[in-house]
Amino acid sequence: MITLTHFLLVSACIFCIGMYAVLAKRNAIMILVGIELMINAAILNFVAFSKYDKTNYGGQIFALFAIVLAAAAVAVGLAIILNVYRHFNTINPKNMHELKD
Amino acid sequence: MTIETIIFYAFAAMAIGAGLLLVNIRNTARALFLFFVVLFAMAGLYLFALADFIAITQILIYVGGVLILLIFAFMLSNKELLKDIQTSSTRFISLANWQSVVLSITFLSLMVYTFVNWSQQMPGWIEQSISKGTLIQAKDNNIELLGFKFMTQYVLPFEIISIFLMMALIGAAHLSRKDNTA
Repeated sequence: MITLTHFLLVSACIFCIGMYAVLAKRNAIMILVGIELMINAAILNFVAFSKYDKTNYGGQIFALFAIVLAAAAVAVGLAIILNVYRHFNTINPKNMHELKD
Repeated sequence: MTIETIIFYAFAAMAIGAGLLLVNIRNTARALFLFFVVLFAMAGLYLFALADFIAITQILIYVGGVLILLIFAFMLSNKELLKDIQTSSTRFISLANWQSVVLSITFLSLMVYTFVNWSQQMPGWIEQSISKGTLIQAKDNNIELLGFKFMTQYVLPFEIISIFLMMALIGAAHLSRKDNTA
């Protein structure tokens, strides 16, 4: 029998993998992938809890909203990364230490 | 140990294993294709929580949209990859990352401890739902109900997210164009 705790543990593992990617990677695209993994872990929690909420379907609806938000975040994030790459010729966040043009 | 449990564990192992490989591999292109595997496995896990529409949406939006965008951005900024390969160490986990490893494992153990303690007694609304039998069943018509909910109870968040998505996409298109007209 698959209980709620199974889902929670899997999502905790995925979240920590995403956190490691955000903390350790030196490549802006991989940092974005780490953020996506963390969002996916949150969506898994939403969906797992939603099984017990038949009257409102709150978890599934807000999981869909979270997927849309993640897609928008990736679109804007990649546009910024490409601009930064054109400007600095690198996507390592350590080498980007000025904000002005 | 039913067949359902075995498939659940297989999907969970696939997601976690591909995720661990993703953060340890040096080649960004391979890491992106491993991200694809993670997303498919997560979609399988959503099916086990009886959210079929979310699983399909995950495959359509993430695999069809987000991953293609990531691969495009990776290919358009390819110089970094070559530099990364030249300066990479041959060790499996480089020593500079040990702080992140410690932080992640600490956070993971904290979360696991909390979840295991928490699941000793479920919150009231879950107990109520189990005792009344108002769970989502496998034979329910989820998509029809989701459509009704979107257009009635959650119509305001739905409209807000549509406006937000339009703004984000226009902003992304504006940011990424060539800056000659300014």
